[in-house]
Amino acid sequence: MNTESTTQPVIEARQLDLTFQTNDGPIHALKDVNLTVDKGDFVSFIGPSGCGKTTFLRCIAALETPTGGTLTVNGMTPDEARRNRAYGYVFQAAGLYPWRTIAKNIKLPLEIMGYSATEQDERVRNVLELVDLEGFGGKFPWQLSGGMQQRASIARALAFDADILLMDEPFGALDEIVRDHLNEQLLALWARTEKTIGFVTHSIPEAVYLSTKIVVMSPRPGRITDVIDSPLPKERPLDIRDTPEFIEVAHRVREGLRAGHADDE
Amino acid sequence: MNDGFKAFWAVLTVLAVIVVFWYAACIPMNIKGVLTEQERAGAEVQPPSAKDRRDMSEFGLVLNNSFAIPATWEQDRPRLPAPHQVAVEMWETTVQKKITSKRSLIYHGWVTLSATMLGFVIGTGLGILLAVGIVHSRVMDLSVMPWAIVSQTIPIIALAPMIIVVLYSVGIQGIIPKAVISAYLSFFPVVVGMVKGLRSPDAMQLDLLRTYSASRSQGFWKLRLPASMPYLFTSLKIGIAASLVGAIVGELPTGAVAGLGARLLAGSYYGQTVQIWSALFAAAILAACLVGLLGLVERKVLKRMGMAQ
Repeated sequence: MNTESTTQPVIEARQLDLTFQTNDGPIHALKDVNLTVDKGDFVSFIGPSGCGKTTFLRCIAALETPTGGTLTVNGMTPDEARRNRAYGYVFQAAGLYPWRTIAKNIKLPLEIMGYSATEQDERVRNVLELVDLEGFGGKFPWQLSGGMQQRASIARALAFDADILLMDEPFGALDEIVRDHLNEQLLALWARTEKTIGFVTHSIPEAVYLSTKIVVMSPRPGRITDVIDSPLPKERPLDIRDTPEFIEVAHRVREGLRAGHADDE
Repeated sequence: MNDGFKAFWAVLTVLAVIVVFWYAACIPMNIKGVLTEQERAGAEVQPPSAKDRRDMSEFGLVLNNSFAIPATWEQDRPRLPAPHQVAVEMWETTVQKKITSKRSLIYHGWVTLSATMLGFVIGTGLGILLAVGIVHSRVMDLSVMPWAIVSQTIPIIALAPMIIVVLYSVGIQGIIPKAVISAYLSFFPVVVGMVKGLRSPDAMQLDLLRTYSASRSQGFWKLRLPASMPYLFTSLKIGIAASLVGAIVGELPTGAVAGLGARLLAGSYYGQTVQIWSALFAAAILAACLVGLLGLVERKVLKRMGMAQ
């Protein structure tokens, strides 16, 4: 690796556009999106439904193809980046295979990517420890709570050690208490692994608590209205949410969301 | 425990109702024949003229000749045999006959079962192959599926003789034509169930595999096939019952040499209703056993896969 690659942005979008052709006419899902994400950033995408936050994440993952502009991931096209195992993706539902144990679920990407059996076991052990699920490898998904299942799905995304972790409302279906706990764990995991994380949410406290960079988006057409670099320290206990700095950032996010909505009504 | 007890009584009650209804149905069904026999034996019958009796309703005859009711359950060739007559016939033609005997229901049951199993295996294999093709190729989806549906709209009783004649003309006879008819009936539920099962993974599951850049065959073996297992077993249960029907129908036009279908046909040639009913029950019991066996395999497999708790 040369010195240039350390300063190269992990994700870079320039004038990104995406229009879906539907039976009801074209839908402008993303319009003129410009964003730079650096290595080690924790970026949250927040906005009402239809603002394109999930669509943008899917573009990064090459699950959608933009219709205009440029998008690079690790300096490559999203397609190339995917083939180079650039990212792990966590969906809103855990989506574990009910016929596989937790350990076998985590092995799924490793099997597909052709890791050796010993390496698979090694990696499963490591990521189970990372998400605090040691000893649950032999259990089937239905034997675990919803929060534990989602942690297992994060372990699955981490198993092949991609630099980027893309998470699409991973805790959206969980209750507040479990969610707080998982947020805390996610920050600890991020600090340990130094991954770049893209995180879609519609919860303001969640976005502010987790992120170094908050991207506020608004719908019709989906676009970025504000990018906030968080002044909060990297070390964040849960009660940081009661500090004036936290409340100020949350306020700015709320303002951004309101501004996006205003020209809509 | 209490629930099991309740269920046991519920099953027993339904069974008792059926048996009572059956015995009751025997009375009007058989009364005319009984009265003719009784009259020949010298009993006093109301009305005495056979011609009058013919024009009277069965219920009227029963009311006039209540003494003859027990005899309606003991006729040699009743229109509707009583449950115990069928039970006795079944006992005599299974336990009390050598298996090699041409009158043994076990022998005939085995003949039908072997054709059923062969047809089931062929039909299931064909069904799975077609389903895999249909799921993976739009051309096959458009071209094969309509024919599979049309094939099931033709009454099998009309098609079976053709299949047997055509196969006979190319020198194939014996178990194969019956198995072909069995397979013809059993492939369809397997196709429909497997297509549904192989398509059951949702968009998120498919997206997940895309993020791993998984190939289509990896997607098939790791996701689609295991996800289809519950659907497969449901289809197999329908398929094996259809297979049995196919094998029995296949035995009818061959001149009724052996098999449960042959027993049905021979029974109707000679007016042996007891024999017909015992062959029917043998077929029903056989079907129940086959479906039950598949249910057992299903539970074992799904439990082993972790999909049943």
